[in-house]
Amino acid sequence: MATISKSTITVDHLEMAYGDFVIQRDLNFIVQAGEVFIIMGDSGSGKSTLLRHLIGLQRPNHGRILYGDTSFWDLNAEERRHFARRFGVLYQNGALWSSMTLAQNVALPLTEYTDYSQAEVADLVSFKLALVGLSGFEDYLPAEISGGMRKRAGLARAMALDPDILFFDEPSAGLDPISSKRLDDLILELRDSLGTTIVVVTHELASIFAIADNAVFVDAEARTQTALGDPRKLRDQPPSAKVGEFLARSSGHQTTTGINS
Amino acid sequence: MQCNWWCIHRSPLGREHGLYIRGGIRRGEICGPVGQPKKSMTTVPAIQQQAGKFELSGPHNGTLTITLRGDWTARKSTDQNLVDAVDYLVCETKDPHLTLDRITFRGEALTVWDGRVLVAVAAVLRLARKLNLVTDLQSLPEGIRGLLVMSEAVPPRGERRPAPTPSSMLLLIGQSTLQITRALGESNHFLGQSLLTLWRFMWGRARFLRSDIAVFIQETGPQALPIVGIINVLLGVILGFMGAVQLQQFGAGIYVADLVALGQTREIAPMMTAIVMAGRTGAAYAAQLGTMQVNEEIDALKTFGFSPMEFLVLPRMLALALMFPLLVLYADALGIFGGYLVGVGVLDLSTTEYIQQTRQAIDLSDIALGVVKGSIFGIMVAVTGCMHGIQSGRSASAVGNAATNAVVSGIIAIIVMTAIFAVLTNLLRI
Repeated sequence: MATISKSTITVDHLEMAYGDFVIQRDLNFIVQAGEVFIIMGDSGSGKSTLLRHLIGLQRPNHGRILYGDTSFWDLNAEERRHFARRFGVLYQNGALWSSMTLAQNVALPLTEYTDYSQAEVADLVSFKLALVGLSGFEDYLPAEISGGMRKRAGLARAMALDPDILFFDEPSAGLDPISSKRLDDLILELRDSLGTTIVVVTHELASIFAIADNAVFVDAEARTQTALGDPRKLRDQPPSAKVGEFLARSSGHQTTTGINS
Repeated sequence: MQCNWWCIHRSPLGREHGLYIRGGIRRGEICGPVGQPKKSMTTVPAIQQQAGKFELSGPHNGTLTITLRGDWTARKSTDQNLVDAVDYLVCETKDPHLTLDRITFRGEALTVWDGRVLVAVAAVLRLARKLNLVTDLQSLPEGIRGLLVMSEAVPPRGERRPAPTPSSMLLLIGQSTLQITRALGESNHFLGQSLLTLWRFMWGRARFLRSDIAVFIQETGPQALPIVGIINVLLGVILGFMGAVQLQQFGAGIYVADLVALGQTREIAPMMTAIVMAGRTGAAYAAQLGTMQVNEEIDALKTFGFSPMEFLVLPRMLALALMFPLLVLYADALGIFGGYLVGVGVLDLSTTEYIQQTRQAIDLSDIALGVVKGSIFGIMVAVTGCMHGIQSGRSASAVGNAATNAVVSGIIAIIVMTAIFAVLTNLLRI
């Protein structure tokens, strides 16, 4: 595990496409080990699709994704599945297995991949659920709790195996401001205490400025990345008008018509 | 709602000013005065309506003034033809004596308004932009101006969604051929994966939840007994009646027992049970896995390194493969019971007679054939159900399609397989 936790994620000339339709091309960035890296962009820019490429759900059209020195998509399916156990993924709506209780959801990876006894697994599950503020909800089914709670339970499951890299797909969407802030704190805590590398897809500005070490901006119109770096610096010295508008939450091109009021 | 052009047409004012509108034409296709010498118009009269009204005046010194009055809301019948009227005027200004370079809106007299007025003003603005006219909205209510600015803040997407290409017969044939080829390829792939998964299971290398199997066995076994039972008793009765009517003519009524026993054990019980299960369980599997696909649950399995084939498909396949032979035996018994009811009730055979005749008619190989067929059908129902579920798209209608396709292709596969078995058993004299 130790060798991998030091590894970086290198995205090398990545091109993503659905059939003939290219969504993004020429993506190049490096995620350093132990940093919080944000993938941001306007809606429809392919942020979530980029995440699907990183976690092995969608094959790149061109280019490579390297974890350390390992080219992820050059592994065979079996090796890739094995490799993916180092990842934890929080899906947009939690993606909890709906036929299992929260405790069973979190416990499944532990029972399948570790030698913990049942009692140890139960303790770990309770602890992970408590970390996300769901202590006492062990025996609920995903359908019986709210959307925000499902999301947090999804995070507890993603953290079950103490992964080296955590991926978050729109973590704060649908969370109230307090839960959202708690989640940000938890992300920073995971980075600082466990050295987990964290990749977050989001367009929540408050969250971006609170947690980001580094970020990439993917543009829906340009169909490639248009900015790379610390989002605070990008806000102060935007490389393009659109990135500036995005990070300053302003809309530059208003009143292009004669309707000035 | 009344058509405003009719109003103009019938309006004495309109006729006075030489307005002529062709009835039944598309809105906006307004013709100029006909049959009269063309004269430059300086004022278009107000078009009176109960509710929202507009009034065009000008152009004076190149400025056309549009005054909006009254209630411009969706609930009241409001004059919708503002754009047409402006269009008409602009048409008119091709007359060199008239110049038009500015449109001014006056909205002081507007009482109530909603989206309707916005649409009308926006359309005039588009027209004005096309003709490079200056527009002045200063006196419109602030709300209208604000919303209009918002509506134009983001420029419209340049490229429209491509219109669906017109389909020709040839194109349709080509497309469906490609689609069928792809679907067949995917089915083969899935079937191969299923077999590999079974292989891994046999060597104890498959990773799945043992407790899942119990749940699926409960669902596909005991809970299916009522429907399988009813259908097979009735099939036995039907088979018995059909046979009785014919065989009685030869005084061979006793052979109803043979007919029912052989038909039921060899063909009817496995096939009908499979069809019932395709509709009941195949559809359920497709819907379950399709919903899991929508909910990203299958993605979550993959990123944890769990194979969906082992985790989701294998237990369902095993449950059906285990339960199907039992269901077929149960269906055999109830079908024969249905025939017995006819034999005793209609043909006045005695119970002993009927049972004796049935025992002579069939032997273990007939029952075994039905049971073997049943197991194969069971796996087929599970595979088609799971396949369509896993390949489902991520929308509500896609899940519905998955369930439909699972049932349709499941039933087709069952019938084809039954035919193949019929030929094979004949050749091999089983």
